[in-house]
Amino acid sequence: MPQLSMRDALNQALHQEMSRDERVIVLGEDVSGGAGGTSGEREASGGIFGVTKGLLPKFGEGRVLDTPISESAIIGAAAGAALAGLRPVAELMFADFVGVCFDQIYNQIAKFRYMFGGKSTCPVVIRMAMGAGMNMGPQHSQTIYSLLTAIPGLKIVIPSNAYDAKGLLIQAIRDDDPVIFFEHKALYPRKGEVPEEAYTVPFGEANMVREGEHVTVVAIARMVPFAERAVDALAKEGITCDLIDPRTTSPLDEDTIIESVEGTGRLVIIDESPPRCGMACDIAATVAQKAFRSLKRPIIQVTAPHTPIPFAPSLERLYVPGPPRIEAAIREAMKDE
Amino acid sequence: MSDSTTLTGARLVHAYRQMKLIREFEERLHVEIATGDIPGFTHLYAGQEAVAVGVCEQLSDADYIVSTHRGHGHCIAKGCDVSGMMKEIYGRQDGLCHGKGGSMHIADMTKGMLGANAIVGGGPPIAVGAAIACKLRGNHNVSVAFGGDGSANQGTVFEAMNMAVVLKVPAIFILENNGYSEHTGASYAVGSKDLAGRSRAFGMAAECVDGADFHAVFDAMGRAVARAKNGEGPSTIETTITRFYGHFEGDPQNYRAKDEVSKLRVTMDCLKRFRARVEADRSVAIADLDRIDAEVAALIERAVVDAKASPPPAPADLYSDVYINY
Repeated sequence: MPQLSMRDALNQALHQEMSRDERVIVLGEDVSGGAGGTSGEREASGGIFGVTKGLLPKFGEGRVLDTPISESAIIGAAAGAALAGLRPVAELMFADFVGVCFDQIYNQIAKFRYMFGGKSTCPVVIRMAMGAGMNMGPQHSQTIYSLLTAIPGLKIVIPSNAYDAKGLLIQAIRDDDPVIFFEHKALYPRKGEVPEEAYTVPFGEANMVREGEHVTVVAIARMVPFAERAVDALAKEGITCDLIDPRTTSPLDEDTIIESVEGTGRLVIIDESPPRCGMACDIAATVAQKAFRSLKRPIIQVTAPHTPIPFAPSLERLYVPGPPRIEAAIREAMKDE
Repeated sequence: MSDSTTLTGARLVHAYRQMKLIREFEERLHVEIATGDIPGFTHLYAGQEAVAVGVCEQLSDADYIVSTHRGHGHCIAKGCDVSGMMKEIYGRQDGLCHGKGGSMHIADMTKGMLGANAIVGGGPPIAVGAAIACKLRGNHNVSVAFGGDGSANQGTVFEAMNMAVVLKVPAIFILENNGYSEHTGASYAVGSKDLAGRSRAFGMAAECVDGADFHAVFDAMGRAVARAKNGEGPSTIETTITRFYGHFEGDPQNYRAKDEVSKLRVTMDCLKRFRARVEADRSVAIADLDRIDAEVAALIERAVVDAKASPPPAPADLYSDVYINY
């Protein structure tokens, strides 16, 4: 099977869906790049992360729209185009920019179907790059998925590998509900086996990345490969874990997590976000409510600190939970043995 | 391009009927709200009818509009069922949005009415998106964003206008300058001498018209639609208009001189002016308009009676229509 980076897997998904369905359009800043530039190079970037490369020459300016830096208008236009029958994939560039278009996401897109009495469909996909690790500072590094997971009406997708990224993006484009699609910047170059043909990965079905008997580990996005390293290292010592990647936080596959905790009695949650009101809290609360009697040890949350994301590489390394912290947390969960 | 001199008597009567329907709907709401039977808060469109109708008489169901918190007039002008609207405003199950949207969120996708919108400035970006769809399908239709002088101070409106120019889409921005942004005068809150000039600065055609003059609005809209369908991109029409009631029902309007509205009801009543004009140029028989008045009064009476008799949403409706599947 071909090895593709997550970037190329996402790119392939866009090419395939735009070929399959002419209602699919792509819009955002620099999605082709180069419009109005002096080089005359009309596809200068293909998105600043290269995810939309090759779409403009293939599908034309009517369906691949370079926009001004106007995030509210980008997201609002995606919403309106969706109400008018298209299936837009809007690129927000950095997830942090949700701050300048939040109204269009949570007051408009998320609420249309409900407040219009079920008479509208708004099949929008909003792609955004997230995550720390590249020294991009406090306004270009956040993982704000918990903020959007809290909003009824949105589906929240967070792939951790190339295979899932392609299948989840195709599902997102074909899905009739609005989808927020988070792409961790550090995962773009990471390769994995990706089938050539189009396929979907369903929402609300977690991926059991590793199976074990002692500890349930839930990890999101870049924390999944980090947790794999920790889990694999501990397996050599005889400590084995279920490693669960939810893949979507809305809907969240609670059943898989709860069934696992019922077997292991121990839960460690890894989240690159700050600790308050985040996905780690949400999953911990769900397990505490639904599987309290199965727990042998307190739930452990491994998160970033309650701080903005620092620029200095030395501080940013401290901010992001890494394999050593994850390994230590799993050992902590095993302390009673 | 369709201009008002080409309108047949029947079409003029239809336009009058639409304006009268809005007026009667709003005047009746003013009365009913005072009884306490209507939940929430409501923003009445009375006084601005010629704008909604002048614009929408140039449109078909295949054209799109995006409306505002003061949206009843736009809904009626775009063809929404008044009985369904009334039930919606009463919060009833058979309302156009099953009682889950209310006065500020009435929508009807089958009429190209993409929703009233309770966020000032929330609609224009959405209208640009629908205009992108129109352009992709060959510019046979247009997408209209209604907004007021208040919305003209929102950054989202500027973003939408610039993007519409850049992408050259058939979007038309209707700025209803009714003189007040909530309780604050436009003379205070708008820094420029007019709103149309702002649109021109973004690179689109813009004109100012008397919003109480149906014929003037209709003709300006005809020019904007012609430009849009000709691939010339967006336009703005600023209409000078007034509202006969407060920002919301219950607004004591302490910011308005005591006799302001009563004077405006003489000089700026689009229905009176329409009647005077068609009587003078003999384009419509006045008896036809009188018949319309009676018809509309009966229609609104029935809508109120039906709305009051309509059941509230069922408890299970709380959970429905959040997602299509989840």
